Amino acid sequence: MGKSVDPQPVDEMAYEQAFAELEGIVSILESEQRPLEEAMALFERGQALAKRCAELLDKAEIKVRQLTGEETEDFVEE
Amino acid sequence: MDQLPLFNVPARWTVAELTRYLRQLLESDETLQGIWVQGEISNLARPASGHLYFTLKDSAASLRCVMWRNEVSRLRLALQDGMAVEVHGGIRVYEPQGQYQLQADAIRPLGEGALYQEFLRLKAALEAEGLFDAARKRPIPERPRLIGIVTSPTGAALRDMLNTLRRRYPLADVILAPSPVQGDEAPPGLVSALQTLNRLARPDVILLARGGGSLEDLWAFNDERVVRAVFASEAPVITGVGHETDFTLADFAADLRAPTPTAAAELATPVTMLDLQAQLTETTARLGGAMSALFERQRSLLDGLQSNLHFFSPLRRVQTERQRLDELARRGNAAQTHRLVLERSQLEGLERRLGALNPLAVLNRGYAVVTHKRDNRIVSSRLAVKFDDDLNVRVTDGEFDVRVTQ
Repeated sequence: MGKSVDPQPVDEMAYEQAFAELEGIVSILESEQRPLEEAMALFERGQALAKRCAELLDKAEIKVRQLTGEETEDFVEE
Repeated sequence: MDQLPLFNVPARWTVAELTRYLRQLLESDETLQGIWVQGEISNLARPASGHLYFTLKDSAASLRCVMWRNEVSRLRLALQDGMAVEVHGGIRVYEPQGQYQLQADAIRPLGEGALYQEFLRLKAALEAEGLFDAARKRPIPERPRLIGIVTSPTGAALRDMLNTLRRRYPLADVILAPSPVQGDEAPPGLVSALQTLNRLARPDVILLARGGGSLEDLWAFNDERVVRAVFASEAPVITGVGHETDFTLADFAADLRAPTPTAAAELATPVTMLDLQAQLTETTARLGGAMSALFERQRSLLDGLQSNLHFFSPLRRVQTERQRLDELARRGNAAQTHRLVLERSQLEGLERRLGALNPLAVLNRGYAVVTHKRDNRIVSSRLAVKFDDDLNVRVTDGEFDVRVTQ
């Protein structure tokens, strides 16, 4: 969580990515002493990530595509 | 026995006569002495004698067969019940039991029997080559992002797999590489689908599947080209071909074998939505807990600091100093009072001493002070007065005038 790396906007993150970062933040907060201000920032990011994950789970829907030759296209079930 | 039977029919036959008659009839027929007979092997028996006994049957009839030990030793096939074969031999009659049977001198595989032999041969060869080694099987990712499916686009297998994936793990996306799954076009189609999928889509895992069918229906999954393509796949492959009892060579080469297409979709999604939801709930709770704990720590730290701050506060020193000052003042006052008292008593002493020195004090004892009225000079000698002088006499409580008369 160094200041040098710009964190990715939460809204653009995939579930796995968001959840992995959330887990990382939780273990940092659980195991390390961070300055309060930094901890607050981590906590807020964690909350945003948790919200993002919940939203992604709620609206998750499998997208099915199919290969046609060298291209891919949406697959429509019969 | 050299007569033509029809011209010499006994009035009554013994069993032996009839049986011998039939034996002669059948065994003298050249057609019946060198035939290929198709059927499925059943009741296969290999007694210690080394001879082979079995029944060859089809849907309508059955035929007892025997193969003598010396012929058995030349046999290239591992015979099994259910195997469809072609058996070569001649018809014999076994008189003690009144049975006719085929005395076999050669057996070759037919249909599924031949396919099965091919299956075994190929399996042994590929196994020896290491294509089925357990050591090279890769783990299946727990949370696939992209799941490749190689199957028929119209089969029930695809529908079953998609339903299962939707229900268990809708976070994943699916890419279908359609291919025929039976017939001559199936093996090259499956190979091409596996290769294209790996090259273009790079899925995390591939499901290679088709629904149940006869052994011939599933045969493409025993094709050497398909098995090698499974082996060569960059993404781990889960097979789900046919039913639970069907094993194909593709199954052996796959990283994981599922008994059915649905089971393959389940194995491809070891972590489900329910797992994720529980995990997220728990992690979110941990986030809150960690923050509360952190606040708690900070608060107690702050409390400690505050009490330290209070202890070392300059305000506290000011108070101390003020107290000292008060004390000093109190002590100062006491000293002052003491001095005043002292001085007062000293003063009183002095006053007393002064009083004693007051010349007028003797008047108390009856003495008087006499002065000339004209110049207030004290008269202390008889010679200082003359007749008719006005004098003043002062006694302790006042004064009065007198005149010298004598």
